[in-house]
Amino acid sequence: MTITTTKSAFWAGVRDGFPFIIMVAPFAALFGVVAIEAGLTVAQTMGFTVLVIAGASQFAALQLMTENAAIGFVLLAALAVNLRMAMYSAALAPHLGKAKLWQRVLIGYLNFDQSYMMSVARYEDEPDMGLEQKVAFYLGVALAISPFWCAFTFVGVKIGAAIPQGIEVSFMIPIAFLTMVTPMMKSLAHIAAAFVSVVVALALAWLPSGSGLLVGAVCAMVVGVAVETWMERDL
Amino acid sequence: MNYSTGEIWTIIALMGVGTFAIRFSFLGLIGDREIPPLVARMLRFTPVAVLPGMVAPLVLWPTGAGGEATVMHVLAAAIALFVAYKTRKVVWGMGAGFAVFFVPQIIALL
Repeated sequence: MTITTTKSAFWAGVRDGFPFIIMVAPFAALFGVVAIEAGLTVAQTMGFTVLVIAGASQFAALQLMTENAAIGFVLLAALAVNLRMAMYSAALAPHLGKAKLWQRVLIGYLNFDQSYMMSVARYEDEPDMGLEQKVAFYLGVALAISPFWCAFTFVGVKIGAAIPQGIEVSFMIPIAFLTMVTPMMKSLAHIAAAFVSVVVALALAWLPSGSGLLVGAVCAMVVGVAVETWMERDL
Repeated sequence: MNYSTGEIWTIIALMGVGTFAIRFSFLGLIGDREIPPLVARMLRFTPVAVLPGMVAPLVLWPTGAGGEATVMHVLAAAIALFVAYKTRKVVWGMGAGFAVFFVPQIIALL
């Protein structure tokens, strides 16, 4: 369907974003459950989810907080997980960089995996879209998903408070992370990076919480890029 | 968790500001500035460089079990990974892992 008006662009975005709720809702609820279990208050849990709205980094921060890591390490590790969004920002800039400042601020706040992926795909499919339509489409996708992210965190908070003692809720985090990482294994370079990350993190586990992880992450990025470069040269 | 209320809110606020700065970065710049290719490459590897290193110790030395992994921890993790990989659906893998790990715990409580 071609998009002609700003209003139809917004609703096309909503339609494209809507199916992702099935994926987003369980993660949001899970964050609510584990955050309450870890000892955050309801206000802190909701503050996290509304101010940060970035699932994987929220789980990462929470995990390091339960290990009582130094605040600097909590921030570095959690923000490192979000660094990929700088790439999204760069990919969106040619399309949305000329939008009004308040629109770009809103787009920035709502710049997450799904809104970026769906929008860039649509902009490339329909090069005739105007700036207004592009902005409307983007906000349609983002606003179809983000309220559910917040609402289902709250559902999780309620569920978390009802879970009895004796259930090892904290083990939900590694299970969730393992499954989140699986689709990221797109190439040998990604597998190599993941492997280095694991080996270094385990080898340096005796260091203060979070520090071995960061050393491992830097090593893993270098190895990932090196393997990718080497593979491309081979082709 | 041993942080004070103020420290927790500091973490939340700084993560909010930091995450927004990352997301807004290139949208905020005037004109079309390109990311250097090597930097773009490094950025693509950040999730895969951070998350596996975070998971491994949690599976081998789970905090909630006092640092002693049981057969159930390893089995649940392996099944979650296997199902997520086979079905290519994160949610299915998570569901399978949760079922293996938590159903026995729930039954034990009854």
